[in-house]
Amino acid sequence: MTLGLINANPVVHAKKERVARSEDPHGDDAVDPLEIYDYVRDIRDPEHPYSLEQLSVLSEESITVDEKLGRILITFTPTIQHCSMATVIGLCLRVKLMACFPPHFKVDIKVAPGSHADEESVNKQLNDKERVAAALENPNLRQLVDECLYSNEL
Amino acid sequence: MAETSQLIQHIESFVDSSHSPGQQAASLEAIASLLKNDQLTIETLVREMEGYLTTTDNIIRARGILLLGEVLVHLASKPLDDAPIHSLIGFFMDRLADWRALRGALVGCLALMRRKSSGGMVSGNDAKAVAESYLQNLQVQSLGQYERKLCFELLESLLERYPNAVASLGDNLIYGICEAVDGEKDPHCLMLTFHIIEVLSRLFPDPCGPLASFAHDLFEILGCYFPIHFTHPKVEDANVKRDDLAKALMLAFSSTPLFEPFAIPLLLEKLSSSLPSAKVDSLRYLSDCTVKYGVDRMAKHGEAIWSSLKDAVFTSVDSVLSFNPESLEGLDLPENEIAAEALSLLQKLIVQNTKMFLDLIVGDEDIKMIFNMISSYETYHEIPPQSKQRLHAVGRILSTSAKASTLSCNRVFECFFSQLMNILGLSVRNSSGHPSSDEGILISKRCNHGALYLSIELLSACRDLVASSETIPAASAHTEETWKYLLQNFSPSLTMAFCSAFICTSEDTHNADMYFGVKGLLILATFPGGYFLIPKTVFERILVTFVSIVNVDYSNTLLWKLALKALVQIGLFIERYHESEKELSYLGIVVERIVSLASVDDFSMPFTLRVEALLEIGTSGQSYMLKVVQGLEGTIYANLSKVHGSTNSAEIVTQLLKCYSNKVIPWICCAKGLEDVLLHFAINIWNQIENSMVFHATQTKERGVLDVMMKAMKLAVASCSVEKQNIIVQKSYSILSSSTSFPLKELFLQEGFQIAQVVDDSSIRDEWILSLFAAVIIAVHPRTHIPNIRPMLYLFMITLLKGNVAAAQALGSMVNKLGSGGQTSSDCTLEEAMDIILNSSLWIFHNDRSPDIQAKMTVVHDISCTSLQIHAIVGLAWIGKGLLMRGHEKVKDMTMIFLQCLQPSGVADISHQEKSVSENSYELDLHHSVMKSAADAFQILMGDSELCLNRDFHAVIRPLYKQRFFSTMMPLLQSLVMKSEPLSRPFLFRASAHIIMDTPLIVVLSDTKKIIPMLLDGLSALSNDILDKDVIYGLLLVLSGILMDKNGQKAVSDSAHTIVNCLIDLIQYPHMMLVRETAIQCLVAVSGLSHARIYPMRMQVLRAIIKALDDPKRAVRQEAVRCRQAWASIASRSLHS
Repeated sequence: MTLGLINANPVVHAKKERVARSEDPHGDDAVDPLEIYDYVRDIRDPEHPYSLEQLSVLSEESITVDEKLGRILITFTPTIQHCSMATVIGLCLRVKLMACFPPHFKVDIKVAPGSHADEESVNKQLNDKERVAAALENPNLRQLVDECLYSNEL
Repeated sequence: MAETSQLIQHIESFVDSSHSPGQQAASLEAIASLLKNDQLTIETLVREMEGYLTTTDNIIRARGILLLGEVLVHLASKPLDDAPIHSLIGFFMDRLADWRALRGALVGCLALMRRKSSGGMVSGNDAKAVAESYLQNLQVQSLGQYERKLCFELLESLLERYPNAVASLGDNLIYGICEAVDGEKDPHCLMLTFHIIEVLSRLFPDPCGPLASFAHDLFEILGCYFPIHFTHPKVEDANVKRDDLAKALMLAFSSTPLFEPFAIPLLLEKLSSSLPSAKVDSLRYLSDCTVKYGVDRMAKHGEAIWSSLKDAVFTSVDSVLSFNPESLEGLDLPENEIAAEALSLLQKLIVQNTKMFLDLIVGDEDIKMIFNMISSYETYHEIPPQSKQRLHAVGRILSTSAKASTLSCNRVFECFFSQLMNILGLSVRNSSGHPSSDEGILISKRCNHGALYLSIELLSACRDLVASSETIPAASAHTEETWKYLLQNFSPSLTMAFCSAFICTSEDTHNADMYFGVKGLLILATFPGGYFLIPKTVFERILVTFVSIVNVDYSNTLLWKLALKALVQIGLFIERYHESEKELSYLGIVVERIVSLASVDDFSMPFTLRVEALLEIGTSGQSYMLKVVQGLEGTIYANLSKVHGSTNSAEIVTQLLKCYSNKVIPWICCAKGLEDVLLHFAINIWNQIENSMVFHATQTKERGVLDVMMKAMKLAVASCSVEKQNIIVQKSYSILSSSTSFPLKELFLQEGFQIAQVVDDSSIRDEWILSLFAAVIIAVHPRTHIPNIRPMLYLFMITLLKGNVAAAQALGSMVNKLGSGGQTSSDCTLEEAMDIILNSSLWIFHNDRSPDIQAKMTVVHDISCTSLQIHAIVGLAWIGKGLLMRGHEKVKDMTMIFLQCLQPSGVADISHQEKSVSENSYELDLHHSVMKSAADAFQILMGDSELCLNRDFHAVIRPLYKQRFFSTMMPLLQSLVMKSEPLSRPFLFRASAHIIMDTPLIVVLSDTKKIIPMLLDGLSALSNDILDKDVIYGLLLVLSGILMDKNGQKAVSDSAHTIVNCLIDLIQYPHMMLVRETAIQCLVAVSGLSHARIYPMRMQVLRAIIKALDDPKRAVRQEAVRCRQAWASIASRSLHS
């Protein structure tokens, strides 16, 4: 690797046991944080062959959802303070959720308070419609995102 | 001389290295077959080949020698004289020195060495000469892998076939072998090497012989392979496994006691390694060596082995005990491999040298410490995990030692058992000789769990010891054996201790209490050998305790289950060891008490638990099951007479009958020779019905009783042999004719509606009897004789018009089986029966008289014309099913009637004429329900029924009948759909959907192209009515089956567009989640079709699937995400184009 890795040696956590939901035909199947978490936990980190779950970037608790208002808020924690991959991770999350939820859901993606040196600008960038669209027009970035989303390296 | 030139040609072709291997092999074959057929002698061959064998050209010489060698391999079974063998072996022996042509020489030697004695063998002197030449000329390790392998094979066969000849070479041989095998790395060669060393050691068993001085060197060569560790499992080595090598090496290790001074320290050292496979291997090798090296040599290492072994057990035993009911007799759960090997080693050591090892165990500080430790903790749960592990280890060690032999058992009991009894606070004088004196006293304080655990381990070990020894201990002769003496003395007080374990603890009961208590009692109760070791009083006391738990403590689920399991185990044990004395007690105490549970009217104990207890006890032995069945039946009969009065009795009867048909009958069918029980059951039910039943109003409860009774009757009858079925049919027929108001004899003399009138007067009791009789008819074998078939047919036909489905099913079974059992004497053939059915005047759809008759029938039955028609259609469908399954052509007539009903014109004929009798205001409504039932008739025709006409009920089934029906009906239905009016179209689709759904998928697949339009039209036509949702789901499943299949995909490729449109509509199907989910899954499958076909639909699908992302059901949403991904990825650009 010519460029050094930003975080060369991240702490890897164990994957949590996946509990199968109890089959209840009459149960309330509203969108809940676990459902969203199930969609995003296996996104691969842009740098390492580990999932966001394994790197503890995401957890079920960091996701909140309000189905009535159609709002989803994901707060993620980059592995290190000055991680330049934070925006890529955020972009991956956004693309994934766009694919998994109907357009009327409003998705907010933020880094956890205090977890990133440049918190404000990252947040701004991730929630700016125009900039997200522009980023996805960039073929290199697009390829990186797709690799993270559909990678089977894990 | 053509032969000679041919021969030369073959030789040329083999020797010439420019020919392909195939040609060379062919010429070799040709030469070999010439020799085999005696067209050529070996002498001639050698003479012809002389030039090739002696030329100075290395390559040609090598090929020539190889040819001779290979030819000899082919002649392995052809007898040869001694002279040529002698000269050939001499030649090859010489050539061993010729390293350039070595392979041929090796092959030749090996082929000659391996000859059977019948066909002429190499002599001993020659063999010795070969060995000498081998040792002198061959540098094995400098050769290639294949030559090395040949060398080792040659060595192996020399050692195995000519042991005496080569043994005389002495030191030379051993030295040569050491040199040859040193440093070998190839797995195939290693297998041979290990075996060579094993054979070599056998050759020189003398402890002072030539091997003694080489033992050290030889072991040094061997020892570096231990433990076997495969780093590169290459493909070509796949046939040599690690385990094979390890086994071969083990045999080499243990081949001679001379290795002992080197092997044992090495093994002990490797045992301390942290690699589990090394540990397991070390323990296995130690076991093997122990047996082969002998007592004296092993004694030196006793202490060292004991301490390593103890460590291995202490660190590898599980630290958690399971308290499940299943583990009660569950032959130690899947144990750690290391622990298992260590314990098996311990057992071998103890068997070999009992005194020494028991001294070690008794004097062991660690074990003493554990004994001190357990007395400081009262309950099992207080013990810290690490100590628990050590405790279990000690338990396993003691149990293994006790199990090893009677002698060791004595010793262990002497040293440890009394200690444990002290900790538990039990003493001999408490109970010796007079067990009755303190029977009532319970030990009030909680027993020490650790001690309880250890005593259970000890007790179960000596129980296993007794069970495994062939001789059952005869009274008094063996009392000098300490453990038996101790056991006899302590058993009463131990029983008490175990009982108190689960009785006295009130406030903080743990699972451990109950488990230990029950397990201990179970072990005491299952000592083989009559009442010699465990007195009768103790045994019965244990039984009483368990039974009272089962009777009373049903709220404590775990304890209840444990006790019940324990009782079952005791029952099984008594069966297995034929303990006749104990069986009496068991029958008296356990079986009777439990059986009485069935009949007691006290409702404190949940009924399901009682039934469970009954069945569990029953399954422990045939004689017990018979008692249980008796009890069950008794209760059923007793409650049957009260059914109409008390809902309670109805409930009980329902439960018991269900249990009877679900559990008891299958059990009886498995245990051979108990058919009589079923016969009696059926006959008794009929007796009960004949004698005492008073029926009134058809309450739903009683209806339920009838249903379960019919089911039990069917199963019971179906499991009987033909002779017994005949008895049952006779009995039931006589009751039907004698105690009902049906005028069986005159029935067929009258007009339909008159009979109907007669039948209509029948009471509810008559109907019960008729239904039950129908159940018998449904279940009988084709060979069983049914009396008076004609009146029977009339009777069933009339009752089916009243809506009795069982009668229709019985009719179906009758036409299905009639005349196919090979009995010719039946009073009515199938054709006659069909004539009766089809021409009978009560058949309302059939002939010109129908309106008239129908009018009369409606009056008689007091039901509407619509339901009359529906009942008739259902009846016809069952009869049709019977015919269809046996492949009878008359089924066509039936289906024609259904198809007529499906077309408005068909029904219109009837309804038109009907106007005279009934108001025409609900005409449309009438059409609908009749048409629907006509469509559903196809479901009855094609579907598999559990109620009748299946293998269990001896139906006559023609192979592929569904396929035949499918292929005749589908074109017909298709053309009808084309011509149909809007009103009848959905029903035609429904009918065809039933046929498609119940046809095996493989048949549909072969006809996909024709079926798909019909299927898709069906899906869209039926998607509006909520009542059709199951049909929709069934069709979708067929569609997804087609889409998943390779050939299916090809066939549907053309209609991809219509399929997608249809599926997109179903994504929003509101009535059933499964339909939406399956539709989306089908869409995913469609995305696998050829790119050109589906690409145009891509945007349409993506737009539609977005709606599904918002589905109220999670499963649908998840499928939608998958589907979206699948469809988005078929284009180069992604989701957001």
